[in-house]
Amino acid sequence: MSDKSGVKRTVYHLGLLILISFFLSGNIAAQHHADDPVISTEDQQKMEEADFQAGEMIVEHISDSYDWHIINFGDTHISIPLPVILYDEGQWHVFMSSNFHHGHDVYKGYFISHKDMNAGKIVKLDGDGQEIRPTLDISITKNVVAIFLSSLLLIVIFVSVARSYDKRRDHAPKGLQSFLEPIIIFVRDDIAKASIGEKRYEKYLPFLLTIFFFILINNILGIIPIFPGGANVTGNIGVTGVLAAFTFIITTFSGNKNYWTHIINAPGVPWWLKIPVPLMPIVELMGVFTKPFVLMVRLFANITAGHIIILGFISLIFIFGEMSAGLGYGVSVISVGFSIFMDFLELLVAFIQAYVFTLLSALYFGMATEEAHH
Amino acid sequence: MSLINPGFGLIIWMTIALLIVLFILKKYAWKPIMNALKEREDSIEESLRAADRAKEEMKELKLDNEKLLREAKDERDAILREARKIKDKLIEEAKEKAGIEAGNIVENAKVRIQNEKKAALVEIKNTIATYSIEIAEKVLREELKDKKRQEEYIRTLLKETSLN
Repeated sequence: MSDKSGVKRTVYHLGLLILISFFLSGNIAAQHHADDPVISTEDQQKMEEADFQAGEMIVEHISDSYDWHIINFGDTHISIPLPVILYDEGQWHVFMSSNFHHGHDVYKGYFISHKDMNAGKIVKLDGDGQEIRPTLDISITKNVVAIFLSSLLLIVIFVSVARSYDKRRDHAPKGLQSFLEPIIIFVRDDIAKASIGEKRYEKYLPFLLTIFFFILINNILGIIPIFPGGANVTGNIGVTGVLAAFTFIITTFSGNKNYWTHIINAPGVPWWLKIPVPLMPIVELMGVFTKPFVLMVRLFANITAGHIIILGFISLIFIFGEMSAGLGYGVSVISVGFSIFMDFLELLVAFIQAYVFTLLSALYFGMATEEAHH
Repeated sequence: MSLINPGFGLIIWMTIALLIVLFILKKYAWKPIMNALKEREDSIEESLRAADRAKEEMKELKLDNEKLLREAKDERDAILREARKIKDKLIEEAKEKAGIEAGNIVENAKVRIQNEKKAALVEIKNTIATYSIEIAEKVLREELKDKKRQEEYIRTLLKETSLN
């Protein structure tokens, strides 16, 4: 990984490249930056503070944070402070994130990092002046709140739907029930039944339905730009990692004899691929781990990429706006148009990714429980 | 990059939240929904099957009706045929009887006519015989009035006799 300033510069250059290709007038600003590659860090820091930094803005928007930022009026930040829970050096620290004053202040020796891997996370300085993370940081961050909200929403929606099923037994569905029923039936018939098989699918159905709707609702809430949406939950690698880990654990624990036989001693493979160098078993065993890993990365990358593109389009308005207000207004028409198009695309992606994640999980369960057939 | 450096706290909370959601939804949502769906599907299936059965029964009933109707028609036809046969037979018999009767009558009439005829013939014969004798008597009487003729006649008679 390159350091952050490098990444920022790349993003900046990329933005400028698009700029040049659209309008030749953007050349001058690019010249200034490109012709002077050896800029001292302090100079750059100053420049960053003055200019609108698209890369920083985008990363900030798609990252987790300790408060839920809603809107800025000039220099007034309106945000919901969230509790910070730290365990460090044998004691607990619980305080509200408002103590950091939007990442500018140091509180009890802790502050929000702006550098490298820990950017956006709470750190403190050790003896050598290095930023280190506290032992345990289980703060209720923006994403955690979003997860709780969407979980609550899921529970409210589906328990009420379940109640309406109880109330209207053997009748045609109605309202929300009739909207969700085709999706539930789709997950049951086309994902679970088709991938796992008629006999064993019922055991896995609750999990598949839960992750499908969990991913879907968080994808959709992620597209909505203001509270309670806007948190990039399914575009966070921790969240997708937990989802993939659940799939991995369930797959591993439901693996039958046939499944493990195929991994350790795959039938139909020449013996010299297994002895003396167990090439195939190694490849197969790697496959066991790459499958959930790919699940994690796919969802994370798809959702994050969509958000980056939208934020990129929006950033163009401000990049041009800094050159001249008129240019900014002019570009805003195009940018908003593209953003709307991307929003629709993201809505489609929200469904597709929920479907793909659930389908692949179901396929892995199906593989783990498949009976030998020769 | 900070983007691929997940927060440990987030992972913990996410796991807890997902477990709770999974548990609650499994117990209070998916189970009743799945049961209700299955029940409804079963009932729809059952209803469809019942409708099919009813249709089948209807068809059978119709077939039965048709069969009954056909049978009734057949029976009617048979009865009619039988009746016609009987009628024909009766006519035939009557004709036969009439024929025999007529034959008898004719026969009787013939016999009677024969008898009458015979009687008439006998009477005619008798009458003729009587007339013949009377005529012969008269002829003879006329013939044998003179002597000469008597003698002559006797001689011829004798001649004839002697010749024999």
